[in-house]
Amino acid sequence: MHGDDGGTLVVDAPGGEREFKVGYLTRVEGEGTLSLKVRGTDVVEARLKIFEAPRYFERLVVGRTGDEVIDIVARICGICPVAYQMSAVHGFEDLYGIEIDPAVRALRRLLYCGEWIQSHALHIYLLHAPDFLGYPSALAMAADHREIVEQGLAIKRVGNQLISTLGGRPVHPISVRVGGFSRVPRRADLDAVRQALDAAVDQAAATVRIVATWDPPELVHEQPLVAMRHPTEYPYNDGRIVSTDGLDLAPGAWGDAFEEHHIEGTNALHARTHDGRVYLLGPTARIALSSDTLHPMAREALEATGLRDEIRVNIHRSIVARAVELLHACAEARDLIDGYRPPSRPKVDFTPRAGVAAWSTDAPRGLLHHRYEVDERGHVAHAQIVPPTSQNQGAIEADLAAFAPSVLDLPHAEATHRLEMLIRAYDPCISCATHFLDLRIAEAGAEEGFG
Amino acid sequence: MPSTVTKPRLRVGVVKMASCDGCQLTLLDLETELLDLAQRFEIVEFPEASSSRSAGPYDVLLVEGSVSTPDQAAEIVELRKQAKRLVTIGACASYGGIQALRNWSDHDAIRAAVYPHPEYIESLATATPVSEHVQVDAELHGCPISADQLRELLVSVAVGRRPQIRDEAVCLACKRRSVVCVMDSQGIPCLGPVTRSGCGALCPRFGRGCYGCYGPREQANPASLGRTFAADDREGVEVSRLFAGFTAWSAPFRGVIDEHGGPPGVLPATPSVTAGADEPTEGADDARR
Repeated sequence: MHGDDGGTLVVDAPGGEREFKVGYLTRVEGEGTLSLKVRGTDVVEARLKIFEAPRYFERLVVGRTGDEVIDIVARICGICPVAYQMSAVHGFEDLYGIEIDPAVRALRRLLYCGEWIQSHALHIYLLHAPDFLGYPSALAMAADHREIVEQGLAIKRVGNQLISTLGGRPVHPISVRVGGFSRVPRRADLDAVRQALDAAVDQAAATVRIVATWDPPELVHEQPLVAMRHPTEYPYNDGRIVSTDGLDLAPGAWGDAFEEHHIEGTNALHARTHDGRVYLLGPTARIALSSDTLHPMAREALEATGLRDEIRVNIHRSIVARAVELLHACAEARDLIDGYRPPSRPKVDFTPRAGVAAWSTDAPRGLLHHRYEVDERGHVAHAQIVPPTSQNQGAIEADLAAFAPSVLDLPHAEATHRLEMLIRAYDPCISCATHFLDLRIAEAGAEEGFG
Repeated sequence: MPSTVTKPRLRVGVVKMASCDGCQLTLLDLETELLDLAQRFEIVEFPEASSSRSAGPYDVLLVEGSVSTPDQAAEIVELRKQAKRLVTIGACASYGGIQALRNWSDHDAIRAAVYPHPEYIESLATATPVSEHVQVDAELHGCPISADQLRELLVSVAVGRRPQIRDEAVCLACKRRSVVCVMDSQGIPCLGPVTRSGCGALCPRFGRGCYGCYGPREQANPASLGRTFAADDREGVEVSRLFAGFTAWSAPFRGVIDEHGGPPGVLPATPSVTAGADEPTEGADDARR
């Protein structure tokens, strides 16, 4: 609950069972709890639980047009609204057979770069770095490491500036429309942010070098990875859904390989492959599956860290993967602006038709799938939105179980802190995940809820 | 003591109910100013940004999100007791937000439409603004709030004066910025005449009609604007759809929506749903939404 000390409590259950619990996960987006039960050195149960209130988004978009859906689904997440707008707009354009202007396509990528920059900078510097440097928050960290915090804020500002330039404001931008944009920038409109990107590229390169020196807790745990992949572009808007197990699907065909399950005893819907396997999305997966399409600067920075293999098996190293992607997004944004020629028209006309509008894009936290059943007027009849954090829950719990034995000998508070740090390494976005999560936390006790 | 430097810093809390976290994020979007603000304010509770926690009391409590669950309804009462000044931030906390659209639907039906086991879901029948539950000292509007208005609020609290936040229509912001009226010039329906500014006429500047995310300005007459839309020859304009957005549950906009047939997608009660069965009408794969 609010005002809780974020705290930890020991439950000594019969039979020597120990419980590690964080009643309110901090420095994550949204509201969740962590609970781990062990007997001796065996992990009995590892759970990430969500008590974020449900908002029923899949129902709120029923009866709405594609353009209205773009405005509404942005509100699922204040950190990654562009991702929701992108998966939706591509789905509708695919259904309606709309060919967008190449310059519009480039602007969509540029907008997505802006979101990746601000989201990754936020997580690396304000949410995750305090774990490595030993502070409760970035504000507290600023007292001793002001230059690091200021660097993070400066990079984040450039991301916000990009989103604002293209979409009017950093949170819930307003220009994305089915068929293009309501307004596109003139070249001169991009001058200021282009100039700022020179410094941001340097700062992002420095970020990779810094975070690579931060020693993570040890973990070697390989998980199946899933991401978008495009032959020539690092995955944002376009490509195919691929995995370390050889999957290769069209961006609208998520349901061909994955489904959501009601796991007995958890009350939360988790995504699994059809044969019941958990999988991991996000920076770790993209680096593993698509590092050949990174911007050359980002690829070189990754190689210089020598950590590519470790990123694959230790989620704490996701901060390095995220920093490499931060550099990629800054460098690609700069290239996109340098190559920009305004489209002849910001938006093309279209005629709605009945069918299924389905697409996946790669959001900062991983693959985000949308599927809308649309009637002949272009109104949504049924919606399915599968956010990355909801898909990652199974992998998070699997990592918790793999990681826990290494902290059991530590003092309880420190062990619990290490477990919470592990959760933060995923950059979980609980508000995103919640609108589809079942919220009953019955057996776990009243202390988990509000009030 | 005349010097402000020796004053103790004001204790600030930032908490959330049902929301996207975007308004809290606006506080972080103050960026380097945030480090300077920390000279005057001690942020003692902000779980999204800090692992240090405090149960209060707070000199200023910023509340994001609408009240949507029984636990939240209880918690907001407790939080009010701990807060010297309670300020709602954003359309959810001030008007219920986009999730208040469900207030027009049957609660059991909408739970069953989204979740396979609706009986597990603890939520209230309505998502409502904080002011329907406790007294609110100030409201910041917008979806999301404006960083400028947030800064003005914090500065005014720090120096002990009333915040100076304009209440005027988006139209005036358009005039001030010489934005050509999208209704007059292109026939695009726009809620600017009845919506509070704060965004700097963002949507009209980007070639769109205002969608009302800052909510109704005082003395607005949205009913008249609604009838104007309805009477015009604009093809396909559905008045309730225009108002059924992020501040739909504000009393003035709610009235217009009701006058024009309710928001799209309303789900009435059905007997099969209240029986607690799985989603009765849609395919099994998709029913859990």
